[in-house]
Amino acid sequence: MTALTLSNIHKSFGKVEVLSDVSLTVEEGEFVVFVGPSGCGKSTLLRVIAGLEDATSGTVEIGGEIVNSTPPAKRGIAMVFQSYALYPHLTVRDNMGLGLKQEKQPKSVIKERVDAAVQMLDLASYADRHPSDLSGGQRQRVAIGRAIVRQPKLFLFDEPLSNLDAALRMNTRIEIAALHRKLSASMIYVTHDQTEAMTLADKIVVLRDGRVEQVGSPMELYNNPANRFVAGFLGAPAMNFLAHGPLPVADGGTLGIRPEHLRLTPEGRLTGTVTHVERLGGDTNLLVRTEANEAITVRLFGQDSTEVGATIALDFDDHAAFRFDLQGQRLR
Amino acid sequence: MSAARQNPFNTVAAHAALLIYTLIALFPVFVIVINSFKSRRAIFREPLALPDAESFSLIGYQTVLKQGDFFLYFQNSLIVTVGSLFFILLFGAMAAFALAEYRFRGNTLMGLYLALGIMIPIRIGTVAILEMMVQTGLVNTLWALILVYTAQGLPLAVFIMSEFMRQVSDDLKDAGRIDGLSEYRIFFRLVLPLVRPAMATVAVFNMIPIWNDLWFPLILAPAEEVKTLTLGSQVFIGQFVTDWNAVLSALSLAILPVMVLYVIFSRQLIRGLTSGAVK
Repeated sequence: MTALTLSNIHKSFGKVEVLSDVSLTVEEGEFVVFVGPSGCGKSTLLRVIAGLEDATSGTVEIGGEIVNSTPPAKRGIAMVFQSYALYPHLTVRDNMGLGLKQEKQPKSVIKERVDAAVQMLDLASYADRHPSDLSGGQRQRVAIGRAIVRQPKLFLFDEPLSNLDAALRMNTRIEIAALHRKLSASMIYVTHDQTEAMTLADKIVVLRDGRVEQVGSPMELYNNPANRFVAGFLGAPAMNFLAHGPLPVADGGTLGIRPEHLRLTPEGRLTGTVTHVERLGGDTNLLVRTEANEAITVRLFGQDSTEVGATIALDFDDHAAFRFDLQGQRLR
Repeated sequence: MSAARQNPFNTVAAHAALLIYTLIALFPVFVIVINSFKSRRAIFREPLALPDAESFSLIGYQTVLKQGDFFLYFQNSLIVTVGSLFFILLFGAMAAFALAEYRFRGNTLMGLYLALGIMIPIRIGTVAILEMMVQTGLVNTLWALILVYTAQGLPLAVFIMSEFMRQVSDDLKDAGRIDGLSEYRIFFRLVLPLVRPAMATVAVFNMIPIWNDLWFPLILAPAEEVKTLTLGSQVFIGQFVTDWNAVLSALSLAILPVMVLYVIFSRQLIRGLTSGAVK
């Protein structure tokens, strides 16, 4: 069964078109990530699914029912916000239970589900505190708990990790992945962070300027990007694009090579000068300016002793390179 | 302030300036209060002296309490002030919420229209207001005053509160919508508590002018049973003879309730946003 079907969604604010012709399905139990640069319409799309914004045209189906004119509370969804959005005047327990209370669920059911969520998220010792007494990570867990207790057909996450620091972000990311395995619920997750997208998703939807650029599993998108935008957006450090590469490309086209596919060899086809070295311990990133005056990044595994200013030669396997035409479409 | 950034000279200077200002601001109030406890002769002989055994007199307060229906005036003033503040805050906050929250055609225009009242004094329309009140039969009722003061206070209230409402997290309101709260509950339970400081500001700005107003009570509600305190006190000021003891006593008494209201609101004003739920 499909958890969500979007057909030809358009959304404009006045004259500005924010989403154009978005069609998409999310299967039951699937973890789908919307990713794209800021302003690409990914949050707006999520809000359309949630019912917080109305689509200008197109239909939204959740669990097989068209919900275009159903209010958010009755769509069978739960949402986790970037800013947590906890009710400041309620305790952790009441924050989680409010949605069920509004649905007029019996008290025993509310207590049972809230208790289960509190257990699952390790919030037992904070259950009677107010949000202002909690740390950022704890608040985000409460927000996730508030979503869990509603047992929604579809979970919506709107950049839930953006306000957390790096270490906590990784832990919470793993917790969300574990939660998805445990609940096997359908989830949609919006982020601008490609690492989150790659690590969490069953399916990634790459958006740009309100259009879907490509849909696929993380490895599909990494190995087989449909265009230059997707190729450049996924993978860190980002893919190198050369107009004057060693392989022939169409007029005005570019050659794309991932930093990790470049290697140092004395008789390499690309030569250049090292302008900066980033030593990360596990890998080393070299920033190189080629003879054709193009900046490229090289990712070397392990530690490397190349110094700034050195002249180096690089090579790559031809099948690891991508060719793009003038419009950025992939040439195969 | 941290010790490193503290300069003793600046601290002393700042406190000196604040103390001088406090003295200047409190001096007239102080003179009114001490003189209200003195006999008439003592008031004129030594206006700045504290009341002593010889000059102490409660004659002013006795006159005030005997003359007219002082408690009724008091009650009227309180009803008008509290009632007007209630409506200003309620309708002001509601209009501000609509302007800040909902996208609709003419939103900006509506905001400007509502703010226009800040620039145009309501007294210009006194004659028209009086005609309207006569036609609706509201002359000599407290409602006349409450309605006029509400109209007078709304523009600034909408202006100040819509700015604050825009700062309330959209996520919080959306979370409420997803949890099935009605727009009214979102407004009353989520948004209003977060804009309490703005409401306190609006209340303080409106309270004193309403309490002290003489113009509209004189024109719209001069009848004995709806007189406000300010209007009621005028009986002691005659064209030829003024009963200063009574005037000063009435003024001293009139300060008390506004002070109580002010303390209530200013605590909110100082407390600020205590929410920790958003960011």
